[in-house]
Amino acid sequence: MSNDTLTVEIWRGQEEGRFDTFQVPRMASQTVLDIVTYVQRNLDPGLSYRFACRVGVCGSCAMTVNGKPRWTCRTHVDKVADEGVLRIQPLKNLPVIRDLAVDMTDFFEKWTKAKAHFVPTETRHDEFAQVSPDDAKRKEASAGIECINCGVCYSACDTVAWLGDYLGPAALNRSWTLVNDARDGGQTERLKAVAGVGGCQSCHSHQSCFELCPKHLNPTASIAGLKRATVKAALKGDI
Amino acid sequence: MTPQRAETLEWLVQRASAAVLAICVIVHLAVIVLAVQGGVTAKEIAGRVGGSIPWLMFYSVFIIAVALHAPAGLRNILREYTPLGRRATHWVMAAVCALILVMGFRAVIGLYGLGA
Repeated sequence: MSNDTLTVEIWRGQEEGRFDTFQVPRMASQTVLDIVTYVQRNLDPGLSYRFACRVGVCGSCAMTVNGKPRWTCRTHVDKVADEGVLRIQPLKNLPVIRDLAVDMTDFFEKWTKAKAHFVPTETRHDEFAQVSPDDAKRKEASAGIECINCGVCYSACDTVAWLGDYLGPAALNRSWTLVNDARDGGQTERLKAVAGVGGCQSCHSHQSCFELCPKHLNPTASIAGLKRATVKAALKGDI
Repeated sequence: MTPQRAETLEWLVQRASAAVLAICVIVHLAVIVLAVQGGVTAKEIAGRVGGSIPWLMFYSVFIIAVALHAPAGLRNILREYTPLGRRATHWVMAAVCALILVMGFRAVIGLYGLGA
């Protein structure tokens, strides 16, 4: 292989499929998404993939790159193609629609099942809630709030692969930020939703979500917080 | 009791029994290492645990902790590797728990009886 091209293997098909191999010119600061876009625009217009913002905000472009889930728009080829070969596949643990695009329906339905949405307790006529940035619960919420819903943690999670009902790191992380929201009125229902089979107790703390989260969040720590919160609620008989 | 509460309390029991087991296993291993110095005989074991109330209590706690801890872990494995549902895994868990209690206490009471 010459230094000015890169061998790229890209998954084609659905659950059943094959790898197609392409030679792509190398450029400085090239990202994995740049590579996929080059292939689609210059070598094979039929390639399906998904992206939107290209700057690490929207969470649309996650794919499996050399075996690990990555946000491709912010993943430099230099960092991951150490053998001079790039193997790009769709995210794991989600049904493949075609090529590199997966169906995210299960992922987002689990956010709903985990009651990972804000339940307001006040109206527009009330004063704004005063929450200090130094408040311990606010700090817990802030630590997990920057999730971009990219699905990297969900794809990296062994428990999701083993236990189909498992809500997954992203939904549970979002629930934990809301458990720490002083303004929220849905606490008991939320703790019920994240306890038991498929809930926070199913987490094995392998920490793949923490290792691979592109936003450097720690869903494992959030899930540990939920374990403590659900135990307290179970002992009190609240759930 | 709601399924959520039952599952959460089961998880707590698994963790609490693990904490007890951590101490029991250390004592158990230490006794094995000390007891085998110069060879171990049935007579020596009978002399140590036979008729001893403290050892009877220690091994009783040990067995109860195992009987609570191991079935919970096996249940998680069954859930992740087999299509068994919640109810089925409960029965498997109860059977394993009963088996450990019966076998464990049979051994512990038998050894205690050697000192009588």
